[in-house]
Amino acid sequence: MTFLEWIPEYQAEAVWIAPWRDDFWGSLYVTMTGMFIVLSCGWVGAYLILRRLALVGDAISHSVLPGLVIALLIAGKVTSSAMFLGALVAGVATTALIEFLHGASRTKPDAAIGVSFTFLFALGVILVNWFAGSVDLDADCVLHGELIHVAIEVFDPESVIVAFGVEWPMTLVRMAGVSLVTIVLILLFYKELLVSSFDAGLAASLGFRPRWIHYGLMIALSWVIVSAFESVGAILVIAMLILPGATAYLWVNRLPWMLTLTTLFSPVIAFTGYHLGVWLNCSIAAAMALAAAGLFLITWIIEPRNGLIRQGWVWMKSYRSFMAVPDTN
Amino acid sequence: MNASDHGSFRSPWKSGSVLKSLLTLLAIWLSMTTLQADQIGDMVQANWKEQAWRFLSLRDPAVRAALIGSATLGALCGALGSFIVVRRWALLGDTLSHAALPGVALGFLWSMKKDPMTIFIGATIAGIAGAALASLIRRTTKLKEDSALGMTLASFFALGIVLISMTQHLPNADKSGLEQFLFGQAAAMNDDDIRLILVAAVVVLSGLILFYKELLLTSFDPGFAKSTGAPVQIAQYGLTLALAFSIVVSLQAVGVALVSALLITPASAAYLLTDRMKRMVWMSALFGALAGVAGAFSSFLQTKAPTGPFIVIGATMIFALAFVLGPKHGWAPRRWRRWSQSQKIRSENLLKAIYQTLELDNGHVSDSGAPITQIRARKRIPEKKLRKELRSLQSSGLITQVGTGESLEIFFTPKGKRHAMEIVRNHRLWELYLTNSANFPADHVHDDAEKIEHLLGEDMVRRLEKLLNHATQDPHGRPIPSLDDLEQSRSDSDFESPQSTAGYRHN
Repeated sequence: MTFLEWIPEYQAEAVWIAPWRDDFWGSLYVTMTGMFIVLSCGWVGAYLILRRLALVGDAISHSVLPGLVIALLIAGKVTSSAMFLGALVAGVATTALIEFLHGASRTKPDAAIGVSFTFLFALGVILVNWFAGSVDLDADCVLHGELIHVAIEVFDPESVIVAFGVEWPMTLVRMAGVSLVTIVLILLFYKELLVSSFDAGLAASLGFRPRWIHYGLMIALSWVIVSAFESVGAILVIAMLILPGATAYLWVNRLPWMLTLTTLFSPVIAFTGYHLGVWLNCSIAAAMALAAAGLFLITWIIEPRNGLIRQGWVWMKSYRSFMAVPDTN
Repeated sequence: MNASDHGSFRSPWKSGSVLKSLLTLLAIWLSMTTLQADQIGDMVQANWKEQAWRFLSLRDPAVRAALIGSATLGALCGALGSFIVVRRWALLGDTLSHAALPGVALGFLWSMKKDPMTIFIGATIAGIAGAALASLIRRTTKLKEDSALGMTLASFFALGIVLISMTQHLPNADKSGLEQFLFGQAAAMNDDDIRLILVAAVVVLSGLILFYKELLLTSFDPGFAKSTGAPVQIAQYGLTLALAFSIVVSLQAVGVALVSALLITPASAAYLLTDRMKRMVWMSALFGALAGVAGAFSSFLQTKAPTGPFIVIGATMIFALAFVLGPKHGWAPRRWRRWSQSQKIRSENLLKAIYQTLELDNGHVSDSGAPITQIRARKRIPEKKLRKELRSLQSSGLITQVGTGESLEIFFTPKGKRHAMEIVRNHRLWELYLTNSANFPADHVHDDAEKIEHLLGEDMVRRLEKLLNHATQDPHGRPIPSLDDLEQSRSDSDFESPQSTAGYRHN
């Protein structure tokens, strides 16, 4: 077997039509779940980008693990309230720990983030290993979840919800609910979030309490992460959080448009990612993250005002005119 | 959980034969099932001592390899991490380690087996490509550094997961062991891996020693370094290359997700303990090696658990100790210093209140006792607190209390009187200085003097007195205790030991 032969042959029919023809509902479940994950993560992530908290998102996505394990151990089984509480505690604890390490010593903020999340994540991995028998989590799904499980979830009568005369898997319904709640919350506190993201001083003088908003955003972030955790895993969540918002940010300059574009990107990313995963026969969640990366890459290159092509062209023009100067003399 | 299955645990990496790896899987599976049958507590109880002895006696080559490997890695990453932390590159390490994953997978796909050399090359190239991409995103878009790093990390990691999950469907390839790069398993390191680690350690550490001066200069003051002609860019590239090397050789033992802790945590601990770069590098290397040994040991006691998390927990414990107890920057000593300072201010304020109660119109201090009722009227603090503070003043030999309850009277000891005089003198001198030399209105100087009276040193007071021509009255018309008064009260207390004059300076 020679190099690159491991890439499966590309057949348009098998990649784009067969999945829907053979298992229409399964494909729909997977794509829709992916879309809702990208949607909820993208909305929260837009604020992370603007507030320069992208790596705090990275930190929390790792540190929800111990919170989740402890909550599951206490509750005894996977319930959404236990997961919510675990995520809440983990998010607040991580944020507070980072601020404490950074505020109470001369540790720099980046080192404080690195020290706290690696510690919490290590703790989580050890707990998962110790209680592997009593907790329904395994270490691999922590890193990369299994989105494809959504498609087989409907065969388990306990995790099915019937609506519009169709059976919907629990995970899909939950992610739809999470997206709805996230979007409603962000729209409700739109003004507070906007002002505190761009001008914390002004927000404080208007009586908005930027600290509370910060913690509120971190709680929302942990909640979104923990909901998407099972399907996409800890590290791929970062891709969903940052990539759609960053791509949108390259196209537009205004927050409402950024959120709109993120919303529009989410079905595109989910759909492309699903078919990429089918073609390469690999983890669907990772393929969706890769699709989001591809979308960013295309935007980065072709965006008309600041894209790489445009920048290269401008540079070339100035270089030419610079070289032309001696001739005119 | 016994010697034989540890031996077979590392054999597949050596031979690579399908039969042997199947046997290994069977052995692991068998030991896992017996484990689950036992209570966890029983299992640890039964084997704990035996396992610890096996580890400490170092007679098992697998143990030796894991130990040497983890300790060398800890020292290597610790030493390099010092430069990463002072440059605030902490999260670049995280990005690099995740970005190396697709390189690991590609290196595997190149040779279709777990060959350390191709994996090493692939991972290093991928890691450096990740660092370069993040820097390119930051320079050519309006995205900030954190977003650029996070995006690169996530995209490369996604690519890595795609490739690894693709290898799972490949026919005729020995694909076991790739998953270990996610969490790390030091016990699975073979001689080739150890050799690679030692080579990387020698290369990177000698690079650090040879170019120490350049690295130091460019880390702390790039502008100055550039002006002296030091190669700032080259130092940066070199450090990135060293970072990629160290991360890639650590992946096997610690895993992608946690390797950045090896770089950041020991160095952050050292950063809290010293202000000298050379000492920081040494300490950080030592901490890293300690964490490596501790991690290898703990994960050895618990064969089910991967090594990486234990090394990280060990390093974090060292960091926590440095954070809480570090003599200069530690949390507890700083809290203690702040507390004792506020304690000192409280007792000095009470001394001042007693002094003012006893002060006569002619500037002298009455030798009679100060009734507690008058002090209470002046201080307005809760009764219990007042009594407690008075007791603490008495125990430091500054006052004596006579009587009980409401008829309690307080007398200065000579030492206490002198201390009180100093405070009052500082206060009134400062008020006078502010009104005379800084043109403050006389009714605006009290609050400032309340703060500075506890801080003025002897030299400063001498200068103030000279500057103010040894004035005798403060702006409010009250007398300033002079040097002569202080000398006199010192001669009153000649019977005290010479050391007691130490209290004369504001310590």
